[in-house]
Amino acid sequence: MWHDRLKSDGGWKLATFLQLTLNGLAVGCIYGLVALGFVLIYKATELVNFAQGDLLMLGAFVAYMAVVLWGLDYWVGFLIAVVAIAAFGALLDMTILRRVIGQPQFAVVMLTIGLGAMFRTFASVTWGSEIYTLPTPFSGVTKIAGVTVSHQYLSIIASTLVLCGVLYVFFKYSRIGIAMQATSQNQLAAYYVGIPVKLIFSLVWAISAAVATAAGILLAPVTLIDINMGLSVAIKAFAAAVLGGFGSIPGALVGGITIGLIELYAGASLPEGFKDTAPYIVLLVMLAVRPQGLFGTLGRKKV
Amino acid sequence: MRFLFKTAYEQDIRLFPDRVAAMWYGLLGVAVLLLPALLSGYYVGEITWVFIYGICGVSLMVLVGYTGLLSLGHAAFLGIGAYAHAYFLQHGVPWVVSVALATLITTACGIVVGLPALRMTGIYLAIATLAFSVIIQEVFTRWESVTKGFAGMAVEKPVIFGVQFNDNASFYYLCAAILALTLGATRNLLRSPTGRAWIAIRDSEIAAQSMGVNLSVYKTIAFAYSAALMGLAGALFAHKIAYLAPDIFTILLSIQLLLLVIVGGLGSLHGAVFGAIFVALLPPIIAILRDSIPATLADVASATGIGLIRAVGKVIGDFLKKPGVEAGIFGLILVLVILLEPLGMYGRWIKIRLFFSTFPMYKRHTFKRQKSYMRSERLR
Repeated sequence: MWHDRLKSDGGWKLATFLQLTLNGLAVGCIYGLVALGFVLIYKATELVNFAQGDLLMLGAFVAYMAVVLWGLDYWVGFLIAVVAIAAFGALLDMTILRRVIGQPQFAVVMLTIGLGAMFRTFASVTWGSEIYTLPTPFSGVTKIAGVTVSHQYLSIIASTLVLCGVLYVFFKYSRIGIAMQATSQNQLAAYYVGIPVKLIFSLVWAISAAVATAAGILLAPVTLIDINMGLSVAIKAFAAAVLGGFGSIPGALVGGITIGLIELYAGASLPEGFKDTAPYIVLLVMLAVRPQGLFGTLGRKKV
Repeated sequence: MRFLFKTAYEQDIRLFPDRVAAMWYGLLGVAVLLLPALLSGYYVGEITWVFIYGICGVSLMVLVGYTGLLSLGHAAFLGIGAYAHAYFLQHGVPWVVSVALATLITTACGIVVGLPALRMTGIYLAIATLAFSVIIQEVFTRWESVTKGFAGMAVEKPVIFGVQFNDNASFYYLCAAILALTLGATRNLLRSPTGRAWIAIRDSEIAAQSMGVNLSVYKTIAFAYSAALMGLAGALFAHKIAYLAPDIFTILLSIQLLLLVIVGGLGSLHGAVFGAIFVALLPPIIAILRDSIPATLADVASATGIGLIRAVGKVIGDFLKKPGVEAGIFGLILVLVILLEPLGMYGRWIKIRLFFSTFPMYKRHTFKRQKSYMRSERLR
């Protein structure tokens, strides 16, 4: 691992720090994207989708199938995967998840966990349970002042920025985006003013699944593709969404980047074992101090 | 059809609703006692899992089904109980003391987790317990002086007051007795003010608080009691698997335990036991079906001369042999239960019982689920 190498040549240096920050940002962007998917669905339907990580895994596998097995161009594969998984997300909403809106939250959590297990089984039966690599057009590295800038990580950060920009414009200016905001604020009122609430829910699921797929394809060269790639990412992304305050879109991104940075800093500076636990320790401390997350609001029912 | 006329408050909180019910439970007890004499050692060993998972189920039922707090990290408590018990046994502590210490340690951990949990609800609590379980799993891996890390830790057979529990049958009785004690204790707790406070908190925190239920006290008790039972189950779990490794107590085990209470039926102790039967016996049943379905269908094919049946049997058998299929089947059942029968196996059992007791007059709409319009949990 690169950070072991950096540690061995004697203490902290600015280059090491920058290197860690860059890689942490890239990893954090992935967490942020997945967390964004959680938050979008939660804001619109109050469902917590634990299958988000498995949608990411399915997306990566579809891209792998298109690029490697069918021999298509990377970008065509990217597009096919995003469209396919978005359609799948919308279908999932129409057939299954719409029925559980308004049921106790843990029932929904368990339902999506069950769906996730089914997706993993589907993937292992369809594509096999080995580890696959997805060829990518961003493979080089550039050295800037002692910092190794991997194009892979740059592509992740750039894509996240582009995606967030597109989503921001979409929610702020497009008719459907504004309708989505209205639906998430008050479902009944949105229905009264003629917004097709059911269609909006399906669209939100489609967008969320598409974002997860994009994250999966971006992540594929870093962690490689296997059926469990979604699980660990989803748990950390979930921590990120909670850290940012569930239900806040900027919070999800900030939370994701925070978790990514903590993970890499802790991995490089603290004893072994803290790389994977440090984000959770921070999360627990944060929840104990501020239970509603960084950007969240904690309401209380008025009787 | 039997009518139950309630004339006194005591009737509502009796241990058994009437003598007939008590008799049925007695018969069940006798059946449990006789089973090892009738079955082979392998099946006795598999049924012992039902008892151990039953204790886990009761533990989680108290927390999720009765107090309404979601925990995604209960495997960590199970692991703490198992490791503590194994550690004390290795250092020559007598069995009973070791189990008591393991339970105490787990209870303490439960309180530590429960205290910050008082301020959290719903999804925040789920992620906090999940974070706790990830950290604990890392502790199991790294604290090698106690847990021996990935090398694993062997657990000897229980010896209680000089009595050896070596074979499947004796361990079966030990687990059955502890499950019976657990069920009895929990049932008593549930019909006491504590249990009623838990149920009130589950149904509405605000209403409970308005009626004078001290939320933090009762939530902490629920967490501590649930963790204590998990620790107890962990001690038996350690004996049963005989070899502890950190990768047993993962989030997947926590999810399996939650699946247990949901499939069994939330909000009933019966559900905990039904769910334990389901979770403990499904894997062996899948293993049996894996070989018997192709064989049976092949027999049918050769008897009827239709080759297609043999091919179908082979496809099913091959599908069941693929790695990871079991998790998918669990997932499918979980999805179906939540969509079609939110009260789980116990709910289905109540419906069947009502169908027969009111025979020609059964109305399906008795159990019609209330339509809930977007009950916001953001403000709860």
